Amino acid sequence: MSNAAALNGEDFNPMTEGLRDGQRLSLDVTRLGVWDSYLMIALIDVMRRCHDRHIGVDTSGLPKGMAALLELSSRVPERTDAIKGVAHRAWLERLGESARSVWLDGFFLTQFIGESATSMVALITGRARFRPIDLWLQIQACGPSALPIVTLISLLVGLILAFVGAVQLALFGAELYMADLVSLGMTREMGALMTAIIMAGRSGAAFAAQMGTMNVNLEISALRVMGFTASDFLVLPRMLALILVMPFLGLYADLMGIIGGGIVAISFFDIPLTQFIQRTSESVHLTDFFIGLFKCSLFGVLIALAGCFRGIQCGRSASAVGEAATSAVVTSIVFIVVADSVVTLICHRLGI
Amino acid sequence: MRTMNRTDSVITVQDLTLAYGDIVIQKALNFEVRRGDIFVIMGGSGCGKSTLLMHLIGLQKPLHGDIFYGKERLWGVSSEQREQLLRKVGVLFQSGALLSSMTLAENIALPLAEFTALSKKEIDQTVSYKLALVGLAGFEGYYPSEISGGMQKRAGLARAMALDPEILYFDEPSAGLDPISAQLLDELIQSLRDSLGATIIMVTHELASIFAIGTHSIFLDSEAKTAIAFGSPDQLLKTSQDPRVLNFLTRGHPERAGQGVRHE
Repeated sequence: MSNAAALNGEDFNPMTEGLRDGQRLSLDVTRLGVWDSYLMIALIDVMRRCHDRHIGVDTSGLPKGMAALLELSSRVPERTDAIKGVAHRAWLERLGESARSVWLDGFFLTQFIGESATSMVALITGRARFRPIDLWLQIQACGPSALPIVTLISLLVGLILAFVGAVQLALFGAELYMADLVSLGMTREMGALMTAIIMAGRSGAAFAAQMGTMNVNLEISALRVMGFTASDFLVLPRMLALILVMPFLGLYADLMGIIGGGIVAISFFDIPLTQFIQRTSESVHLTDFFIGLFKCSLFGVLIALAGCFRGIQCGRSASAVGEAATSAVVTSIVFIVVADSVVTLICHRLGI
Repeated sequence: MRTMNRTDSVITVQDLTLAYGDIVIQKALNFEVRRGDIFVIMGGSGCGKSTLLMHLIGLQKPLHGDIFYGKERLWGVSSEQREQLLRKVGVLFQSGALLSSMTLAENIALPLAEFTALSKKEIDQTVSYKLALVGLAGFEGYYPSEISGGMQKRAGLARAMALDPEILYFDEPSAGLDPISAQLLDELIQSLRDSLGATIIMVTHELASIFAIGTHSIFLDSEAKTAIAFGSPDQLLKTSQDPRVLNFLTRGHPERAGQGVRHE
């Protein structure tokens, strides 16, 4: 081995090539200066080659540290059965596996919904085990704290609705009817939908992250040993909080949306305020509000279910908590949109 | 240890098989824990010690076999009955597993408020008393994240003791503690056993603890997938012929058995 500035593994290959069976390779390191792990890696490689070709290697010339490291690295033989190969799997197998995981997911979700329903019954009969203070804390976290973002989003959605509608209505000279469009659109549909999507991102993700971390820290196991179930102690306060808070947030979003629409009507389309208010009050009925509020509570249940479900399902690592939060938002939004479509269809059929 | 006379035993395990899905971790486990024991479940890493603990405290259902608390079955009964049985059990998890969103006082008050008829004031007094027992008097208002790992563990112990359990489980009590804290915890465990008359079951591979306070033990082996030794740790060290047990108890120097390895 020369004292060249840098050696790498390939430089050693020619050394072994010329050797034949029965010959011995002896290593002379008298001129070796500084060495690091790469020399060891190359050396181990040389020794493996020599071993395969039945060439003896004389390591007595190596410095003490190097010999000890060589010995250490070969002391525990490689566990060939421990190596995780990247198994190539046929597409049919992968498809089957995905289908199975979807099926299992559905199975566990059904089980989880059952447990939550049991907790609801326990709540009504007064046997549910949770701390009322947790409910208040959740109401605080889900409700008042969400007001600023709900204000901003609903105001802008009302604005957009008004603009999109007014441009089309202007073709018939019926700009005034943008008041109908905005107020009906907000109360029946957009108020609930936008609030739900905001809450899925805010509270749904928070639920999943909180419960996921509790799972990682064995806090949920500790609760279970103490006789508390996760569905009573953790899911119930969160679900109740959302059920209670969502209608209020939705109502507030409706108001904000209509104000947004009003701003557009007054400032861009010269509709007098009194006329806007009059059209709004004529077009929106109490039923429309109730449909919106019902949807809000329904979405609240769905967000709490999705958030808590993903949190409880969470694996035991930091990345699993992140995945749980992401998946909670995705699941909530899917649930929300599907449920919204179903409710809208039912309302249409019933003619309300 | 295959005595089936369950009258004086607190916990009896019969022909227990532990599994994760289809993978059997341990099988054919038979042992009993008597009142006042400090019973050590030992074995190398990954042999299924903690899994056995999860089964004993009712968090995981065995694939096969029975666990009895006194004469009552733990599995194969309704979840209300199981919960009733586990009411006399306290568990200290490896990391303490305190609820991180609550203060120490709230953590300890949690089981008290739910399962006792104590008034608010009595609960506060009990909480302070339990915290004082583990040397954390005055830390009522702290959150678990504000105190050290060793303190979290002791607070976890205070919570495990909240309902004056007859049986206390410890999962790796000395893991992550410095030698002095670990020794103090050992002493605490021993004095709890003596003063409260509790039965202690601990999962550990900390030799110092095992020899210092263990009165009975089983040794789980991951290759044999079952328990390969029973008895008091001192006795095992003196009489066991099994190289796996001796290697473990002497940190890989079986020739030094009986030469005071325990004080190493």
